[in-house]
Amino acid sequence: MTVKNVEFANELLEAEETRQAISALTDRNEHLTVEDAYNIQLETVNLKLAQGKKVIGKKVGLTSVAMQKMLNVNEPDYGHLLDDMRVESGALVKIDSMISPKIEAEIGFVLDEDLVGPNVTYLDVMMATKYVVPTLEIIDSRVKDWKIKLIDTVADNGSSAKVVVGEKLTALDGIDLRTNSMVLFKNDELLATGAGAAALGHPAHAIAWLANKLHEFGITLKKGELILPGALSGAVSVSAGDTIEAKFGVLGSVTVHFE
Amino acid sequence: MTLLTSKNKDIIEYLYTAERDAREVMKVTDEYPELTIKEAYEIQNGLLTRKLTENGTKTIGVKLGLTSKAKQEMMGVNEAIYGYLHNDMLAYEWEAIQFSELIHPKVEPEIAFLLSEDLQGENITAEDVLKATKYVAPALEVIDSRYKDFRFTLVDVVADNCSSAKFVVGSKWVSPSAIDVGNIGMVMSKNGNVEQTGSSAAVLGHPAEAIAWAVNELGALGKGLKKGDIVLSGAMSEAIAFQAGDSVIAEFDGLGSVTLYCK
Repeated sequence: MTVKNVEFANELLEAEETRQAISALTDRNEHLTVEDAYNIQLETVNLKLAQGKKVIGKKVGLTSVAMQKMLNVNEPDYGHLLDDMRVESGALVKIDSMISPKIEAEIGFVLDEDLVGPNVTYLDVMMATKYVVPTLEIIDSRVKDWKIKLIDTVADNGSSAKVVVGEKLTALDGIDLRTNSMVLFKNDELLATGAGAAALGHPAHAIAWLANKLHEFGITLKKGELILPGALSGAVSVSAGDTIEAKFGVLGSVTVHFE
Repeated sequence: MTLLTSKNKDIIEYLYTAERDAREVMKVTDEYPELTIKEAYEIQNGLLTRKLTENGTKTIGVKLGLTSKAKQEMMGVNEAIYGYLHNDMLAYEWEAIQFSELIHPKVEPEIAFLLSEDLQGENITAEDVLKATKYVAPALEVIDSRYKDFRFTLVDVVADNCSSAKFVVGSKWVSPSAIDVGNIGMVMSKNGNVEQTGSSAAVLGHPAEAIAWAVNELGALGKGLKKGDIVLSGAMSEAIAFQAGDSVIAEFDGLGSVTLYCK
């Protein structure tokens, strides 16, 4: 870990705390690598752990072809979920607790067993899953105006901010995770639709990618963790007064209000 | 075409390179007509070890072959055979299979069993198998004998890991307590035309019976199946050949469907 990378980590944390976005790291250091970016992210997580926060799970990002094209990459990225990011379905979230939030709907997985790479397949993920749960991920960029490259968003914990967790927990028996429906509403207006296959072909496949990727960093997906496998439609901007609801068919729904 | 020159180690190398280079070879028994079934399983095991070491992969389950009366009669045998599955054989509904990596592939529809418990013993019953199964799922197995014209004896096919190449699993997984696993109807179509129909009953009367047989065979060798393993229980119909550009779908009553696209 270089001094410069520790500085970047501190800057990102300060931006999150003060809601003052910073300029893109890649504009200031053109030599930054993806590996540096993951190390910066890990440093931000370590700093949060030192404040007494806890890791409750992980998220996979950039799982849709559209997002990968936008950032000119051909693989996903990931971020950490911490306990202070968790919001229960139906709760109120203050819009000014974030910089420029957007929201996206995902099928959350809760693990019954650790998943240790390499060679984790989506079959292993299915077998290690206790249940799935409807979630809304609120993303936010600590980089000004979302002007991010892959390296910027990776350093910024995959641009994650909060995760809204639904109440209904469903075991996988009889569920088809590729065709499972998702309908996203803003203030009762239908905004987007999608299905499970939008996340890398199969949401459990996105989690298998994550388990194998984390192996490179000596990190394991743990029993009890909540894992978000990636958005089922494009992200939607939100403002004060908005109510967002995602309906996932037989998996139930999840709602959040912004004020 | 390469010809065999010496025994076991050479046979392993011979079959390993044939698969790696997607090249058909003369069957092993042409040169070693005295090769036994026991030796064939030893060769299969050595071949598996070679692949796992070379590719850094792991074993994820087992497949059964010759589980239908018709196939057993055709081969002049009265029992099934088994081979091993490793993680790089897993193919996906959302990624095309590359024809160039295969020799003369065929595809057959099967019920996949996913185990929530270890399964080992010499007196295992179909009921034990169902009890240890967390889910059944629809599957397509791609078989691709490394032998010229897909022609072989029992010994040859066992040595060649039962012709296994790849497999795809559908996305609807169901508890075996929620479906009559012994009688699941199946329709397999290629490019929109119905090619085969069948039922899971074609697999030794009930796919769990076929798996119980395999577990008992493995048990006699001190081996078994592990929690988390996938078992492909045997074909529910005849296999069909496919080529680049072909699309195959198998639809199962109560279990959804599974598709394969080859490019």
